[in-house]
Amino acid sequence: MKNQSITNNLDWVSIAIYIILVILGWLNIYSSSLSSTVEDASLFDFSQIYGKQMLFIFFTIPLIFIILAVDGKFYEKYSSVIFGVSLVLLAGLFVAGKTIAGQRCWYAIGSFTLQPSEFAKAATALALAKYLSDVQVNLKDLNRQIQTLLIIFLPVMLILPQPDPGSALIYSVFFLVLYREGLPSWYLWTGFVAIILFVLSLLFEPWAVVLMALIAIVFYYIKSRIGNRNIIASAIVFVLISGYVFSVDYVFDHVFKQHHRDRFNILLGKEVDMKGIGYNTNQSEIAIGSGGWFGKGFLEGTQTKGGFVPEQHTDYIFTTVGEEWGFLGSLIVIGLFAGLFLRIIYLAERQKTKFSRIYGQCVAGILFIHFFVNIAMVAGIFPTIGVPLPFFSYGGSGLWGFTILLFIFLKMDANKVNEW
Amino acid sequence: MRKALLPLIIIITTSLLLIRIFYLQVINDSFKLQSENNAIKIKYDYPERGYIYDRFGKLLVANQPSFDIMVIPRDIKKIDTAEFCMLLNITKFYFDERMTKAKVYSPRLPSVFLPQLNKLEYAAFQEKIRKFEGFYIQKRSLRDYQVSAGANVFGFITQASEREIAKNSYYNSGDLIGKQGVEESYEKILRGVKGVKYIQKDKYNREIGSYKEGKYDTIAVQGDDINLSISADLQKYGEELMINKRGGIVAIEPSSGEILALVTAPSYDPAILVGRQRSKNYTRLYNDSISKPLYDRGLLAEYPPGSPFKILTGLIGLQEKVINEQTTFMCNHGFSYARGRFMKCHGSGPHQLHNGIALSCNSYFGNVYMKIINKYVRPESAVNIWSNHVKSFGLGQFMGYDLPTGKRGKVPTGNTYNRMYPGWHWDSKTIVSNSIGQGEVLMTPIQLANMMAAVANRGYYYTPHIIKKIKGEQIDPKFREKHKTTVDRKYFDPVVEGLFGVFNYPGGTGNALQVKGIDICGKTGTAENFAKINGKRTKLQDHSIFVAFAPKDRPKIAIAVLVENGYYGARNAGPIAVLMIEKYLKGKISRTDLEKRMFEVSLQGEYNKYIKTKIDSLLIPKTEESTEN
Repeated sequence: MKNQSITNNLDWVSIAIYIILVILGWLNIYSSSLSSTVEDASLFDFSQIYGKQMLFIFFTIPLIFIILAVDGKFYEKYSSVIFGVSLVLLAGLFVAGKTIAGQRCWYAIGSFTLQPSEFAKAATALALAKYLSDVQVNLKDLNRQIQTLLIIFLPVMLILPQPDPGSALIYSVFFLVLYREGLPSWYLWTGFVAIILFVLSLLFEPWAVVLMALIAIVFYYIKSRIGNRNIIASAIVFVLISGYVFSVDYVFDHVFKQHHRDRFNILLGKEVDMKGIGYNTNQSEIAIGSGGWFGKGFLEGTQTKGGFVPEQHTDYIFTTVGEEWGFLGSLIVIGLFAGLFLRIIYLAERQKTKFSRIYGQCVAGILFIHFFVNIAMVAGIFPTIGVPLPFFSYGGSGLWGFTILLFIFLKMDANKVNEW
Repeated sequence: MRKALLPLIIIITTSLLLIRIFYLQVINDSFKLQSENNAIKIKYDYPERGYIYDRFGKLLVANQPSFDIMVIPRDIKKIDTAEFCMLLNITKFYFDERMTKAKVYSPRLPSVFLPQLNKLEYAAFQEKIRKFEGFYIQKRSLRDYQVSAGANVFGFITQASEREIAKNSYYNSGDLIGKQGVEESYEKILRGVKGVKYIQKDKYNREIGSYKEGKYDTIAVQGDDINLSISADLQKYGEELMINKRGGIVAIEPSSGEILALVTAPSYDPAILVGRQRSKNYTRLYNDSISKPLYDRGLLAEYPPGSPFKILTGLIGLQEKVINEQTTFMCNHGFSYARGRFMKCHGSGPHQLHNGIALSCNSYFGNVYMKIINKYVRPESAVNIWSNHVKSFGLGQFMGYDLPTGKRGKVPTGNTYNRMYPGWHWDSKTIVSNSIGQGEVLMTPIQLANMMAAVANRGYYYTPHIIKKIKGEQIDPKFREKHKTTVDRKYFDPVVEGLFGVFNYPGGTGNALQVKGIDICGKTGTAENFAKINGKRTKLQDHSIFVAFAPKDRPKIAIAVLVENGYYGARNAGPIAVLMIEKYLKGKISRTDLEKRMFEVSLQGEYNKYIKTKIDSLLIPKTEESTEN
């Protein structure tokens, strides 16, 4: 009675949250896509966006059964093969990919399109977990660090030129997982300082930022105990920071495209152009902001109905939540997401094998960074980057990618009993 | 500790997001307000365009109502396309094409679906409009022309292009804007300011009344009427005289600089650029690259002026004191100005300034010009001095008149020749053709007319302009500013005497053109011109030119007439000039013989000569077409 044991051991809390999120997601897609269509439409009108999403949701059911039916050891055993296949699929885009809205990240089979980068995340997580779970691997070792970084950067290198900076950004979350598994902490500190300096050098003149850095370093130097003072190290840090700040300035002005610059400038409040480039962000803030405490009610959103928010059913789906369900609805949805992430981390920490623990961490991390970047963008505190909201945003590839990601872990988690 | 990092980050960032959303939704209510603003519809109220009158107050251009069918693609419900197309007499293909265009422009904003319906079409559609949700009718006013002449003076109105909409925030899709002529140069005055009404809509997109009791609404401001300086009768008469000819007539009132007539031929009836046939007709005019009806020859065509330029040569000779009234030059069917170089002339005998002009003696003015240039040691400084004199008559520059197109013309300077003949010692002999207007000098008909106005005034002119009165407003003060020529008043009398002699001396080039009771002063001109045909430089029939002013004392009209390929000056341009003068001064024609002949003359044969063979290019020196102001 293997099936029986699986159902008993599955984590039903996660599954319940998953199901609620998917249903809420569909309701919001329905609301946002209904406004531009005929009133008395069937829910199963597959020519409509909500009808298609219904179909996508329907297909997750056999997908979940297949994932759960496969032997738990399969994913660990074949992780490198899965990773290899996903890299080939990504590379194949350069040859056979279909370009939609300037991005070459789809395979088209008839009217059906598939976005391999949505599946590559799960594959990378598997490969990373597999590599790190090897007893030989110690992340304090520089060679191991390089090899680990290679696993992460291979898919990133294939995704960036599509160009799909949103999907590439997602991979930065693996560093948090690596840290959990023993990566030296200066990696995170460096990353953290780099982000801060990046924002500062966009806000202020580069020399001003360099001056700030100098003051900070001198202050740190004086505060340190005499024995710990290292004038050469301080000087090197200062030179590195100055170089970085000036190169950020250069890259921003000369390498970035105008629309990239615009997105940052809008965010930093340097430019105000609500009809042109700032339109998306402004409209999504208006839509969310007009929701108030309790929202305008399901299908009652004027902004949603008016079709004012662009891409509302995909990346901006949360604006519908904000407008129609208000702060209460937002709180519930965000709470559900946070609950799911924490639940997954909790489950990951109780895994018996290093492989499934690391994979679980990756799942939580990947879902979390999607959630964070998406909501932050919609709420106007992050630049406009195309990242879907897991389980919510319209699209088959995304939904299936996240479902596979999550349910492989749930299968591992259910399996742990049998591993005794 | 390492275990706690990810959960910690999740908890902290989630809280931050909640705070941000709380701020957006609960604390800051400016967004709520903006969401209301989104559900507001803007309705425009287009004022009537100002009327255009002539100098005597005769109505030339009025308005007629016109109706555009507008569409908001998002609001379209299921409609019977077949019925719709049938009602408006359009094809399904056209329907789909317009629809796609409208959707691309914006699904939410109105675009013009079908422009300029007439009253009948409007009535038929209005009856059934409720069946076609998403469509509505926008009333605008179109031009209603009371006269069939003056198309080039008026210009026309058309839908603002996307570029203009992007450039000027006043215009929206479908708005009308003046193009060419006074419709363009006085656009702001004529159009007025459109009114704006803000309509509040509910979430079902229904209009529920005016927004904030109309606090932000503005009332349309009527466009102002204007009076043009042209005389409608004279304009019409000029166009009739130019039928079957190509060229331009410009008549100016010397005492004010007001343009009395601005004729270009061929022209077209302004009424054909109104209504639904507009775009078809416009395309036809636009694509007529042979007779170019949209090209205002009076303002844009640059020609070598030919003999009328001798007037300036004489004046400058007097001013530079290289000749006086009595100076005499011999002419023997021309004169030899350098070894092996001979300038031909049609006459012979000793000539002084007055009969030199009257008989249009090339030898006389060749000699004068060489004396002017030889007065100075360096020929380039001499040419510069001569050039400044010429420019003081408004030549070789944009004149600053109030029509949107123009050309500079060309007046060479010392540098022009240094560039033309690098490392070569050019001198007065090299450039002697300038003396008779056949060198490097190019002029537009309006410049030629203005030059005559300056001669008529004996030494000054006003910037030509076509506006006489703007209701309730002053015309630009720059049109009241006197521009003095560098030639002093006292030197004009002998020249004017010569111009009078053109009509009255025996052998005067225009003595067949006398009009009883009017003392006309004028000058014939015949300008050679060439074209490259089948790769060969070929001489085409001469351009016929005539300039004149009248009466001799206290002149009321100065005029320049140019007839392309119209033979010698007195043959076609001359009669047209004197007929125009008589028409303007007397109101009726005594020289009916001339009138009859001019109505009958057709130069189409001349123009069709090379139509089958390929004309590679006209060898008129090319200058960039540019815009005045």
